[in-house]
Amino acid sequence: MTSWERLLPGSGASGELRDLGTHHQVYGRLDLRRSAHVLIADIREAGLTGRGGAGFPSYRKLEAVRTASRPTRGRPVVIANGAEGEPASQKDKVLLTHAPHLVLDGLQVAARAVGASEAVIYVHEGPLVSAVAKVIEARRRARIDPTPTRVVSAPARFISGQETAVVSRVDGGLALPRSVPPPVYQRGVGRRPTLVNNVETLAHMALIARYGGAWFRGLGTEAEPGTMLFTVSGAVQRPGVLEAPIGVDLDQLLGIGQLTSPVHAVLIGGYHGTWIEYADGRHTLSDASLQSVGARLGAGVVVALPASTCGLVETSRVVTYLANESARQCGPCLNGLPAIAHALTGLARGRRDPSLPAQIETLSHLVEGRGACRHPDGTARMAGSALRVFQSEIDLHLVGRCSATAFAPILPTGERPARESVGVGA
Amino acid sequence: MSTAATGSALWFLSRGTGIVSLVLLTVVMTLGLLTRGGRTLPGLPTSSVTLLHRNASLLAVAFLAVHIFTAIVDPYVTINIVDAFAPFVSDYQPFWLGLGALSLDLALALVVTSLVRVRLGLRAWRAVHWAAYILWPLILVHGYVMGPDIRSGWLLGVSIACVAVVGSAAAWRWTVVPAEARPVGVR
Amino acid sequence: MSTLGIDWITCEGRGLCAELAPEVISEDPWGYPIITPGQLPDDALPHVRRAIAACPALALRLVEDDRRRS
Repeated sequence: MTSWERLLPGSGASGELRDLGTHHQVYGRLDLRRSAHVLIADIREAGLTGRGGAGFPSYRKLEAVRTASRPTRGRPVVIANGAEGEPASQKDKVLLTHAPHLVLDGLQVAARAVGASEAVIYVHEGPLVSAVAKVIEARRRARIDPTPTRVVSAPARFISGQETAVVSRVDGGLALPRSVPPPVYQRGVGRRPTLVNNVETLAHMALIARYGGAWFRGLGTEAEPGTMLFTVSGAVQRPGVLEAPIGVDLDQLLGIGQLTSPVHAVLIGGYHGTWIEYADGRHTLSDASLQSVGARLGAGVVVALPASTCGLVETSRVVTYLANESARQCGPCLNGLPAIAHALTGLARGRRDPSLPAQIETLSHLVEGRGACRHPDGTARMAGSALRVFQSEIDLHLVGRCSATAFAPILPTGERPARESVGVGA
Repeated sequence: MSTAATGSALWFLSRGTGIVSLVLLTVVMTLGLLTRGGRTLPGLPTSSVTLLHRNASLLAVAFLAVHIFTAIVDPYVTINIVDAFAPFVSDYQPFWLGLGALSLDLALALVVTSLVRVRLGLRAWRAVHWAAYILWPLILVHGYVMGPDIRSGWLLGVSIACVAVVGSAAAWRWTVVPAEARPVGVR
Repeated sequence: MSTLGIDWITCEGRGLCAELAPEVISEDPWGYPIITPGQLPDDALPHVRRAIAACPALALRLVEDDRRRS
């Protein structure tokens, strides 16, 4: 198991890697004296894809920003996106808390690769801001960052981490999505080409720059190489952030935590992800395998729903939360998401209206693709998967019954207890 | 026809087209007020109101052109083409005629910016379009002072009707429909 | 070959576009446009251009398909 731990080796839990000296002892120093083309080639060979949820090939993003930069547009800006708005995900927080130097190394790699003149690390308002600022200061004193880095904070909302919202905020505006043309890799912060990468993606880049693309491919699958940070919660004994190669068995990942009760459904990806039926047999955690059950890895959230909890109630709570987290800039999202939430809540509360599932489907089709960002699409996707996976539960609810015996909420919706530090799993 | 008779005919034409311009611009103003801030009155397709507003304003410009041309050509008063565009420099009634010239300038600004609105962008177009609130009272005053017939008889009635219509439309636009309200779930 | 693009943030759901180009644009229950996806039929183009010009928010635009997608 320990050979899987590249980003968060066992000692990470104790915080030693926050110290720059220890970081260099464990990983070696980062050598950036290579051309940008070589750096990008390494990342391409590694097959690294974005770890923020979209899974876009990282080398292509780097190339796009690099080729978009020209004298008239100004030198690019690189941004490390650590604004983890997904309540059920903790990996970015854990990474920034326990291994910030890997993220900041990766940011320097990206800056060199695209020829950036500015680097930004973007986090939610809170204790992390000053913690990260201290780390940057330590690096500045050690003079290891060729590209100057600063911290930008944003309100801790779900939408703050959306790519154009990040650019908008870093540019001095509100952390709300902007309309896409032109894309941020062409015109972003200060109308300059901008690269936005999830902090985990950058951490992987920091290691690829040291050990090479072939090393990265040593774990994971052929099509989806490398390791990934999963946030495992629900009916598991030790919820937390686990690092594992892509392609790991779901059972193995959950088993590492050990199930505390029978599980019939698992939420994969996050609140824009999908429910899958657990009884289906063995699942492999890779996009290629999950495709057959209509799921994607997304941001690596894995929630094992106890069978005693009602999946419809949980989904309706989450969709209500997502509706409230709308940026409220686009009509279909602003109107459609509350309507979907209302219908789901009706189903969850046992309203005997057999047209409710069809209503939810119609509304889902109405909001998909009709907004400045993919918030409505992701919400509709999650709601739709609940209709499929909890079909038998729906049948019960429509006759006023429910199979649940446990009523404590499982999926978090924003009111996080201050001390919910899910430690790094074994 | 004698010069005097031609003169009167031109003068009548000028005043006549002036009145028609006033009425047309009243229609334009009213239609413009009816389309702002969300939906129009029920039953009126918004796009029709907008197109009518546009066409009426172009028609008004045509009548304005005749109104100005005849005033210039009329031998009875000395108004030349510069006076039509540059306010307050004419020999004849410099101030009140000047209000007309000012109105013409504003009207041209409104029409030209509207014709190139897509290229101009919303902010610039909107900034200029606020001038409509200056334009309409200006032409009312210009007409009231310059045309003695307007102060009595049925022409006075027409003027009062114009004021009433624009007044009610403005009241409706500024009270019933809040300025930039986003329609939320309501048709 | 062109498609109709929309800026969803600028769109205010006023509905002029659906009135002027009904072949391609219909309305959702909240007054916002549902644009038929894909290439615009040639005979709809004049109506679409009018819709683009008439939009009070200038939220619509013609997107020329130039196969340079990255």
